[in-house]
Amino acid sequence: MAEVLVYVDHVDGAVRKPTLELLTLARRIGDPVAVSLGNGAADTAAALAEHGAVKVLTADAPEFADYLVAPKVDALQAAYEAVSPAAVLLPSSAEGKEIGARLAVRIGSGIITDAVDLEAGDEGPVATQSVFAASYTTKSRVSKGTPVITVKPNSAAPEAAPAAGTVEALAVTVADASKGTKVVARTPRESTGRPDLTEAAIVVSGGRGVNGAENFPVIEALADSLGAAVGASRAAVDAGWYPHTNQVGQTGKSVSPQLYIAAGISGAIQHRAGMQTSKTIVAINKDEEAPIFDLVDYGVVGDLFDVVPALTDEVKARKG
Amino acid sequence: MSLRIVVCVKYVPDATGDRHFAEDLTVDRDDVDGLLSELDEYAVEQALQIKEANDDAEITVLTVGPEDANDAIRKALSMGADKGVHVEDDDLHGTDAVGTSLVLAKAIEKTGYDLVVCGMASTDGTMGVLPAMLAERLGVPQVTLLSEVSVEDGTVKGRRDGDVATEQLEASLPAVVSVTDQSGEARYPSFKGIMAAKKKPVESLELDDLDIDADEVGLEGAWTKVEDATERPARTAGTIVKDEGEGAKQLAEFLAGQKFI
Repeated sequence: MAEVLVYVDHVDGAVRKPTLELLTLARRIGDPVAVSLGNGAADTAAALAEHGAVKVLTADAPEFADYLVAPKVDALQAAYEAVSPAAVLLPSSAEGKEIGARLAVRIGSGIITDAVDLEAGDEGPVATQSVFAASYTTKSRVSKGTPVITVKPNSAAPEAAPAAGTVEALAVTVADASKGTKVVARTPRESTGRPDLTEAAIVVSGGRGVNGAENFPVIEALADSLGAAVGASRAAVDAGWYPHTNQVGQTGKSVSPQLYIAAGISGAIQHRAGMQTSKTIVAINKDEEAPIFDLVDYGVVGDLFDVVPALTDEVKARKG
Repeated sequence: MSLRIVVCVKYVPDATGDRHFAEDLTVDRDDVDGLLSELDEYAVEQALQIKEANDDAEITVLTVGPEDANDAIRKALSMGADKGVHVEDDDLHGTDAVGTSLVLAKAIEKTGYDLVVCGMASTDGTMGVLPAMLAERLGVPQVTLLSEVSVEDGTVKGRRDGDVATEQLEASLPAVVSVTDQSGEARYPSFKGIMAAKKKPVESLELDDLDIDADEVGLEGAWTKVEDATERPARTAGTIVKDEGEGAKQLAEFLAGQKFI
């Protein structure tokens, strides 16, 4: 069976969930060969093998941390040349897309980003995408070269499928040209203890109706009761009530959780673009005319300051 | 030392309009008004600020697109850019991201540059891959997804706010930069700016001028193929209740029924 390269997103050896989803999708088109780079690369092997990686190619060098993106492209290219894969899959993170973009140009291939599903086809893998603020679903394939495809988080449920996961060191020569952009300082993001926004199964977001940074703890309390991530609309972020890293929408994060709860969000096209593919959508808003109600599976017309805290209490009570 | 800045901008269908696919599965541009991609306005703004901080800098706005895309160039010129380059050719219809990066890279090389500034993504395709592709093709550093950027003495510095860390980046020019919507509000064109823009030069280029063959671009030459586009069925109307004291309880019932609690 053809081999499929899967780029591993991990933090110091802890594999992030989107990579396990990629392995699950990769098995539909071939045998997954994982490429794990940087600090803790080899520590990823057990989790990758558990989810179907037949081989884990690892490399660590200071260049991966000291310079932006390009050294990782050199490494992925080395893996591509060693394996001659049927496709290269990466997570649709900012960095995943940039690495994929450069690799595609380098190997003369097309690239598809933000796939939400992937299947084998007669002429290579077929990717499903959700476009124009999720008003259209398209099916596309790469027609030149080796398909490079980035996949959005939550596009597949990770399935265990134990495989050999043989660890092999990947020989990488980082080109001088790839050392152009120095990372002169790095400040890790402080953990909020909540799940990552793009990976979370449940997201609770607040918007203009939250009416101030001092009120966001109301949203956070509901999120915590559900084990959810916290999101914010552009209006809330632009007003300085919540960090941009939590913004859901066209210029922020695109999320597709199992459950999305929008509180005090009217549902402008900009926001809908970032959450419309969520499986179940719930909205709480005072304005019964708010466009968000066109999207919901369940909507409550009411004051979020009445409904959200009461819902938090209900959730806590039911979870006991 | 002069600083030659090229800002890449895209003319996109208005996202608030009703966007559709044409029969050949490219975007139907006749159906909806176009405009300068909002995310590219941030790129123009940062280029203007870099120019203001550097003596003897010049900003060229570059776009690849149909005739109407000239509107995007004019908007950037009215904000304060100095001149425009418009790559327009019938054979470009249906060009994908890889092809567009080829055309842009050739046009940038022809124009001459020390710094290329891009938006983080287009508001239509939203791929966010073009800046990295340009850096790859031009063989220069990529300093991308910056929320802060500055250029001094041939060095570009910026801040990249990633998912797991915030990074301070640095590269020597020439380089490709992309900026996020956190980089700073874009200015509105003044009346004076709008009037001045009418007199600014816009150079028109065709594929021949860039030594690109028609079969390297367009729908037939594309590296990717859209095989099917289906309008998403309207969501079936959900349950909507008015909160008269029981809203939270009713919602909790719904969530429990869906096994979320």
